[in-house]
Amino acid sequence: MAYFRLNGESRELDIEPEMPLLWALRDELGMTGTKFGCGIGNCGACTVHVDGNAVRGCITPVSAVEGRDVTTIEGLATALGGDELTPVQQAWIDHQVPQCGYCQSGMIMAVSSLLARNPSPSDAEIDAGITNICRCGSYPRVRKAIHAAAAAMAVDATA
Amino acid sequence: MNKPKLSRRKFLLVSAVAGGGVLIGYAATRPSRHRVANNTLAEGGERFVTSWIRLQPDNRITVYVPHSEMGQGIHTALGQMAADELDADWELVDIEQAPATDLFANDAIVKGFGEELLPPFLTGVVNASALTVARIANLQTTGGSSSVRYTGENTIRVAGAAARQMLLQCAAERWGVPLAECSTELSHVHHSASGRSLAYGELAEAAARMEPPENPVLKEPSQFNLMGKAISRRDIPAKVDGSAPYGIDAHSEDMLYAALRLAPVFGAKLVSVDAGQALAQRGVRRVVELEDGYAVVADNYWRAKQALELVEATFEPTENDNVSSAMLAERFDAALASDNGSEDFESGDADAALEEAGDVLEANYRVPYLAHAAMEPMNSTMHIQGDRAELWTSTQDALAIKARAASTAGLREDDVTYHHSYLGGGFGRRLPFTWNVIDHSALIAREFDVPVKTILTREEDMRQDYYRPAVHSNFRAAFDSEGRVTAWHNRFTGPIQVPGAAHIPYAIPNQSIRVVDVETHVPIASWRSVDHSQQTFFIESFIDEIAHRGGVNPYQLRMDLLQEHPRHRNVLQVAAESAGYGSGLPEGHALGIAVQESFGSIAAQVAEVSIGEDGRPIVHKITCAMDCGWAVNPDGAEAQIESGIVFGLTAALHGAITIENGQVVQGNFPDYEMLRMATTPEIVVHLVESGNPPGGLGEPATPPVAAAVANAIYILTGQRIRELPIGDREFTLDRSLAGAFSGPANLSVDKNYLDGLGE
Repeated sequence: MAYFRLNGESRELDIEPEMPLLWALRDELGMTGTKFGCGIGNCGACTVHVDGNAVRGCITPVSAVEGRDVTTIEGLATALGGDELTPVQQAWIDHQVPQCGYCQSGMIMAVSSLLARNPSPSDAEIDAGITNICRCGSYPRVRKAIHAAAAAMAVDATA
Repeated sequence: MNKPKLSRRKFLLVSAVAGGGVLIGYAATRPSRHRVANNTLAEGGERFVTSWIRLQPDNRITVYVPHSEMGQGIHTALGQMAADELDADWELVDIEQAPATDLFANDAIVKGFGEELLPPFLTGVVNASALTVARIANLQTTGGSSSVRYTGENTIRVAGAAARQMLLQCAAERWGVPLAECSTELSHVHHSASGRSLAYGELAEAAARMEPPENPVLKEPSQFNLMGKAISRRDIPAKVDGSAPYGIDAHSEDMLYAALRLAPVFGAKLVSVDAGQALAQRGVRRVVELEDGYAVVADNYWRAKQALELVEATFEPTENDNVSSAMLAERFDAALASDNGSEDFESGDADAALEEAGDVLEANYRVPYLAHAAMEPMNSTMHIQGDRAELWTSTQDALAIKARAASTAGLREDDVTYHHSYLGGGFGRRLPFTWNVIDHSALIAREFDVPVKTILTREEDMRQDYYRPAVHSNFRAAFDSEGRVTAWHNRFTGPIQVPGAAHIPYAIPNQSIRVVDVETHVPIASWRSVDHSQQTFFIESFIDEIAHRGGVNPYQLRMDLLQEHPRHRNVLQVAAESAGYGSGLPEGHALGIAVQESFGSIAAQVAEVSIGEDGRPIVHKITCAMDCGWAVNPDGAEAQIESGIVFGLTAALHGAITIENGQVVQGNFPDYEMLRMATTPEIVVHLVESGNPPGGLGEPATPPVAAAVANAIYILTGQRIRELPIGDREFTLDRSLAGAFSGPANLSVDKNYLDGLGE
């Protein structure tokens, strides 16, 4: 049996320990916000948080998240303490970032994790920290939205 | 403002409907579809006032959009066009994907391109001969950057304008006042003299008794309230919280999952499989043998995918089993050397001019096959129950893909229900005629009585694509004794998918442009911007070569040869001035320029490039000036341009699908690399509004970027790039020409022209 908390709720699954978290989420639990892109941990479409840190779900076996907190895009706002959109999600809307949108769940999860570790990343730190692929080329808007989200979070922190 | 050329009257039909609703439609071929819409889709007091517009008693309006939303923002853009003509309150407007039924077939594309001129890329190169225009007219194709300029201009705006006039007339009659005293605003009709107002929703029922406007008048741009505004896209909120549904997200508790392996050599047939080990794995239900491959079906996709690797399969040998990219390249070159091909465009006598020339420049260009690599791997879910089925898949043409799935499954089209979703990227891959997976999915699903979701692994997605064609091209230019170019010769390998992509706007007196079709076993299809992606790299590189050969600034040569093309000159000038062409650049940086018209828009791009310490080019900035006539949603337009540039630059720097042993070598992103945050340059976009009809925007930003970058690299290094991708090539600066181009380009010559253009 595999056991972890998903967006705050306990989940127990009778699955192989080596099954990637991505497929446990999508096929066993019907949580389809997390996407399959490459299957080798390269594109980042499957990015989720484990204990708050971004991991690529397609190469993370469920055994590696045993007893831990898994957060997906569906639970992001709640996990950060609110029921509204997070500053990152809001910045994504403000800057009209998504196009096809398929990569954006993973992109938002990766960025949220980056900003939790580094509240005010430089462009170089963004380049190093965000390696997700967006085939629509939303990168210029992703960059602007990251800076905007960082600024909004800084205001929130001092308010 | 331009008016649609077609007689609107011809396509305007009205039917009184049982129950009192009113329907206006714009398709002479289907007089009954609006009646059917009200009878089958309208609930309660809802009324379709045209095929595409439904009014509700609570005054909400639904605009039905017959195009797929794949990130281009078309739902919002077409919604803006309908709502603006209708003078609707945007807050009360809902936008829905039109159902995949004949009721909502979209013939605007056929009319837009012209029935005789429907380009092969929309009909599918492979199957073009089997299709008729009439068949295409019944589809819901999203491609050719056509949704706004054809469907929007010729159908959706007209529908909105007609509905507005009907509601206006209806209110005037109810009040017994002259129509001219009534006005519309924010989903209400007003009679200001008496201070009365009626909500559209209150008029829908009564509109059933009105005659339709004979010729609905479209707004002038000065009257636009919603068009031309950067309105937030309606599809975005669901794309930031994980709730936006894609085809791959179809889910049910009892569904099964199929992992598919197709013949690695295109066209090979399956001989046998040994499925014993696979069948012994947990969750595996069956191994389905298909004509050209096999699938493992399991209760979880990962289990299916793991077991797929345990199947031992044999495929029939084919005559292509030893084909490689090198062999194909030889085949292309041999064809160009031995065959003068067929005419694409001829003027003057290029052969004679080359014969007599004082100087001839010859260059051979080539580009490789490219995969689409949409982020959502190709997939399809079908649930077949007896003679009925349900279908979930992300497609650029719901109606056609439904028909294809029905045909493969042996069902009637009307017995298949299609469920819409967003597309995780299209780029031409999800057009219906070059879409193999739908067939396999239907054949697999037929074996089960629960829904079966077939997903290609990334590796299969990349190796079983229909590819952007590899093209080789032989160029020659003749110069007279003054160094002026007198002839342009282009022999390129076909097929032509977009007629005219190899034509040039430059005033060169003698031109010979001919295509030599070469057969290969590699399946091809349209890929964002289609033939423009190859030909613009060739043409805009070779015109640069011509400029350098003649010692003329490449910007200036273009301007000189484009006297008959003021829109080209304008975007060149805007891009060049913005990018700092001819002015001081950081040490070691250079600019390259390119311009191309495609899909009704004209894009000029300037690339600012330097060479890094490792000898690899660094693209710092792309500046794009785009004359798209006018933009329905300027922010959406800019997003499409940014996207097109990243797509084209990805291909220029990294993109190559190669063949060995008849098979595609690349299988995943490390081998088929993409631009990412760290490698994406700054992008500066200028929308140049020329007052011309709206041009396409999904594709026109893709073609020029490769040549712009290559032209900058030439100035930096003296090395001419005639083959893409640029890849891992290392460059040295010892032959740099940057000094020769550090002086200011003569940008002032066109100031007068630019000033006069704003009228």
